[in-house]
Amino acid sequence: MANEAIAARTVRPAVIDTPARRSWRKFRTHRSAILGALIVGAFLLVALLAPVLPIADPAATDWAAVRQAPGAAHPLGTDEIGRDVLARMIWGARASVLAGIVSVGIAILLGVPLGILAGYFGGWTDIVISRCTEALLAVPFLILAIALAAFLGPSLTNAMIAIGISAMPIFVRLTRGQVINVRAEDFVEGAHAIGLSTPRILARYIFPNAMPPILVQATLTVAAAIIAEASLSFLGLGQQPPAPSWGSMLNTAKNFMSQAPWLALWPGLAIFLVVLGFNLLGDGLRDALDPRE
Amino acid sequence: MLLRVEDLQVAFGATQVISGVDLAVAAGETLAIVGESGSGKSVTSLAVMGLLGAKGVRIAGRAEFDGQPLDLTRPGGTAKLRGDQIAMIFQEPMTSLNPAFRIGDQIAEAVLCHRSVSEVEAKGRALDIMRKVGISAPERRMRQYPHELSGGMRQRVMIAMALVNEPQLLIADEPTTALDVTIQAQILDLISRLQRDRGMAVVFITHDLGVVAQVAHRVAVMYAGRIAETGSVAQVFDDPQHPYTIGLLGSIPSLTGPRTRLTTVPGSVPSPAEMPQGCRFSTRCPFAQPKCAQQPLLREIAAGHRAACHFAPLELNFGAAA
Repeated sequence: MANEAIAARTVRPAVIDTPARRSWRKFRTHRSAILGALIVGAFLLVALLAPVLPIADPAATDWAAVRQAPGAAHPLGTDEIGRDVLARMIWGARASVLAGIVSVGIAILLGVPLGILAGYFGGWTDIVISRCTEALLAVPFLILAIALAAFLGPSLTNAMIAIGISAMPIFVRLTRGQVINVRAEDFVEGAHAIGLSTPRILARYIFPNAMPPILVQATLTVAAAIIAEASLSFLGLGQQPPAPSWGSMLNTAKNFMSQAPWLALWPGLAIFLVVLGFNLLGDGLRDALDPRE
Repeated sequence: MLLRVEDLQVAFGATQVISGVDLAVAAGETLAIVGESGSGKSVTSLAVMGLLGAKGVRIAGRAEFDGQPLDLTRPGGTAKLRGDQIAMIFQEPMTSLNPAFRIGDQIAEAVLCHRSVSEVEAKGRALDIMRKVGISAPERRMRQYPHELSGGMRQRVMIAMALVNEPQLLIADEPTTALDVTIQAQILDLISRLQRDRGMAVVFITHDLGVVAQVAHRVAVMYAGRIAETGSVAQVFDDPQHPYTIGLLGSIPSLTGPRTRLTTVPGSVPSPAEMPQGCRFSTRCPFAQPKCAQQPLLREIAAGHRAACHFAPLELNFGAAA
C-alpha cells in the first residue's frame, strides 16, 4: 500500500515549467497579492451577481423609512429618500468596477499600439507620438478627465471614455520604453535574420515580451480609474441619477454627515477597499512577473 | 561562385567602417573571416544579410548570389533570400531566442515564413531538423521554452532555425564564442557535417584562429574595415604575407616546441577618427616604412593568395627578418 503510493508519486510525469507557471508559483506565495486578488474577486463577483442577488430595488423609494440607521430591514440603512443603501452599494459596485475596467481597456487599446509604433519605428513617428503624449501628461490626470467628461457631456459612458483617454499617455510611454528595450534584444535581430515580416515581429516578438509591465500598470490604473469615476460621479459628470454610483452617493451623503454618517461610510469604505485590492494585486503581479528573480 | 561581393563599402554617418571589401564563396566551401574586435567582420556579414537597417547607414558595392544580382544597398534588397537561401546564426545563443515562445513554434515559424505549408507540416520539419542537429528528445524539447535549455542546446536550436529551410549559404557570426570548448567542438563538428551533407556554403566569422584551421577552406583576414590578406588556409597559415597576419599567428600558444613568450600585436585598432593615411596597419607594424603612407593594393602573391602590403612577399623584401 505504502509502496504503491510512493511509486505513484515518482512516476508522475515531469511538468514542463513555463514562464506562466513560474509566475503563478511566485504569485501564490505572495500573501498581500492573494489578499488583493480576494478583495478584487469579491467585488467583481458582487458586481456580476447584482441582478440575481436577493436585494431591494436600488431605485425604490420609501418615504416611511428615510435615513434609517443600519438594521434588520436595511442592513446598511437607507438614504435621504428611503432607498436601500446595500442595494445601491451593490449596483454602485457594478458601475465602479465596470468603469475601472472599461476605461483602462480604452487606455490600453489606444495607448499600447501608439507606444509600439513610437518605440519600434522611432524617428518622426516617435517624435510626433511622444510630444503629443507629453502634452497630455502635462495636464494632471483627474483635471484632464474632468475636462473631457464635461466636454463630452455627463454620462457613465462618457466618463469611461474621458478616463480612458486621460490614462492613455501612461500606456504610450510605458509601452514605448519597453519596446525600445525589447527591440535591441538579439532575438529580434534573429527574427529579422529568419526573414520574418515587421508586423509579425511586432506581434510575436516585441509585444509578448513588452507585456508584463503593461499588465501591472493596467491593474494599478484600474484603481486610479475607479477613484476617477467616483470623483466624476461625485461632481455629477459620471453615473446619472437615479442609477447608483459610489461617487454620487458620497455627494448626497456629505449633506447629512451629522444626521446619517453611515451614508458616507459605506461608499468611502468600498472605494478604499477596492482601490486597495487592485493596488495589492498590481504589486503582487509586478513581483510575480519580474524576470530578474 | 555562390556568393560574390565586390567593393563593399559601409559607412555609419561620416565614419567609413568597411572600405572596398571583396568576398567570394563557392557552394560547399567554408570561408573564414578573421580579425580582432572592430575589424568590421560582423558588419560585413550583417551587410550581406541586409540587417544593417539603422538610420544613417550607407552601403555601396556589387553583389551576386547564385547568379542573380543582389542589392545590398537597401534593406529590402535581401529580404526574400533572408532565412530562406541565406541564413545566419549569431554569437549569443543565450539571448537570440524569443523567451515568450516554445522552441518548436520558433523553428516552425521560420518554415511558415518562407514555405506555404500547413502548421502541422512546419512542425514536422522542425522536429526533423532538431533531430538532425542532435537535440535529444526533440518531441519534448519542442514544447520547452528557451530558458529551460543549456547554452549548447540553444545554439543547436539556433542552427536548427537557420537550417530548417535548407539554405545554400550559412553565415555563422562567432557561433561558438559563448560556449565552452567541448560544446564548441561539438557545434563546429555539427556545422561541418551539415555542410558536407548539403553542399552548403559557409561564411564563418571568428577571431579564433584555432577554429579557422579546424573548419575553413579559405581565410580572409580583416583589419580596420579592409581585407589584409586572403588565401587558402594552408597559404595563410603556413606562409603569411601580411605583417598583421604574422602577428595574429604569433599570438597563438603552441603545444609543441620550446616554451616562449607569446608575441602580441602592439596597440589596438585605431578608431575611425584617427585612422592613418595609407596602410591602416602602419601604426602598429614593425616593418613600417615611409612608403606605407600610401594605401597598398591587395596583390596576388600566389594563385588565390593575396596580401595588402607593399612589401609582400616579405621573404624577398626583408630576408630573415620575416
